Amino acid sequence: MSITVLHPGMLTTIQDQGRTGYQQFGVPVSGAVDPRSAAVANILAGNEEGEAVLECTVMGPQLRFDQPAVIAVTGADLGPTLDGVPMDNYRAVRVGAGQVLRFTGPKCGCRAFIAVAGGLDIPQVMGSRSTYMKAKIGGFHGRKLEKEDVLGLRAPGMEPKALATRSIAPEFRARAEYTLRVVPGPQDDAFTPAGMETFLTGVYTVTAEFDRMGCRLEGPEIAHKTSGDIISDGIAFGAIQVPSSGQPIVMLSDRQTTGGYTKIANVISADFRILGQLKSGDKVRFEKISLSAAQEALLAQRASLRLLRHVLDN
Amino acid sequence: MTVEFGNEISVAINSRIRAFNIALLESGISGIVETVPTYRSLMVHYDPGVIRYAALEQKLKGLLGGLDKVRIPPSEVLYGGEEGPDLPFVAEQGGRSVDEVIAIHSAPEYLIYMLGFTPGFTYLGGMDESIATPRLKTPRVKIPAGSVGIAGAQTGVYPIDSPGGWQLIGRTPVRMYAPEREKPILPEAGQYMKFYPIDRAEYDKIAEQEAAGTYVCKRHSREEGAE
Repeated sequence: MSITVLHPGMLTTIQDQGRTGYQQFGVPVSGAVDPRSAAVANILAGNEEGEAVLECTVMGPQLRFDQPAVIAVTGADLGPTLDGVPMDNYRAVRVGAGQVLRFTGPKCGCRAFIAVAGGLDIPQVMGSRSTYMKAKIGGFHGRKLEKEDVLGLRAPGMEPKALATRSIAPEFRARAEYTLRVVPGPQDDAFTPAGMETFLTGVYTVTAEFDRMGCRLEGPEIAHKTSGDIISDGIAFGAIQVPSSGQPIVMLSDRQTTGGYTKIANVISADFRILGQLKSGDKVRFEKISLSAAQEALLAQRASLRLLRHVLDN
Repeated sequence: MTVEFGNEISVAINSRIRAFNIALLESGISGIVETVPTYRSLMVHYDPGVIRYAALEQKLKGLLGGLDKVRIPPSEVLYGGEEGPDLPFVAEQGGRSVDEVIAIHSAPEYLIYMLGFTPGFTYLGGMDESIATPRLKTPRVKIPAGSVGIAGAQTGVYPIDSPGGWQLIGRTPVRMYAPEREKPILPEAGQYMKFYPIDRAEYDKIAEQEAAGTYVCKRHSREEGAE
């Protein structure tokens, strides 16, 4: 009744759409770094959007299915194969008992998401199955997957309807340069006009220092009026902190709940699907849009998920 | 039942209400359903089938009497050295000796204004401005759990290994966050916190007790008139 981890890959953790309600105690939200891809994987597999999935980073795991299951892999193309035969991303696939899912290596993107029909049998901690490794809570014993871990399934053998047609075109494509749309603030007034101009015109490169907490970028130095320090306040997913060094740090799922560096802007929610796929060496630009345009983009994205579910189920 | 503390918006009154709320929740008085702390009062919902008004009133009065004597989670700190690499910089910046910085930093009882950042990170107010120091220009990638830092006029303790940009002046072996503990997060917003300088031998002793799960955080009384 389970999945056995033959090899954990570089970093594979269990994530859902995050742990909300405990930030006042300093407990980060966590959850999938590319929440859109995690939701799409679930919809393809016939699950609720917020079901827990496996988030696989750069080098995917090797998993043996000890019983038949239906799975869907989305997000980055890390080269999935079933018993050595290439397998489609963004398609619900039936896996037989004893079959092994392997990833041959990254082709594009950073994080792939594996959804299993019926969901993983993982206890909720504070209302979520997301792993927060630093505090050792949630997911599989609060840690990343390791060799010989055995993951239970909540509804073994469950199959979504119309299995043959549950697929869409992959949503993430590699680009020479990515554009992330941002809404300025909350501390955009801490920067000189030239500093803001630098931020909105410069090309920034993702450094080797990127993890689930944040992503450090390197590029033209962004000038503050005085300093990069504030009295600490709350930090949202996609917040772009700029410390006094002038080099931006984009905050991701395992971000601290509060922090004291100035935040020049916030990546819009609709672009987390790009943000969550960046890896070291990728180049990004920031494009300023209005708050209302950002919210419309998010609502459109949500509507597309509802439409996808409707089309697949009917 | 409503316990009234005053009729104005003031830090002093609100601090007492939060402290009373914590004391009440920790007291284990049976029959309390829920509490609602506000600017000026604490509303206590209780089940009269378990505890009657008069009995509850008596217990609450008892708690109120002891309010000024409760709840300072202390933190023994090994200042300087590898544990506090930025201590010399903080001293230089403030024109003080290292010993003076330690004395100034460990003197106050700090109000825990908020928890944030990571589970149980304490944001403490009331630090002497003379040792205030800006954050690092580029934050460190990894700071060990227990590190005590300064950021501007704030001070606080990193509860778990994490990146961070505060100036590190020492480290406490006391675990602010321990997931296996019945109460994983030790400090609470509204409590006070005090630091005690210790030497390496004492640090190692407490660290050993923490590892074995035998360390008991000794709660200290707040000093009279301290704010």
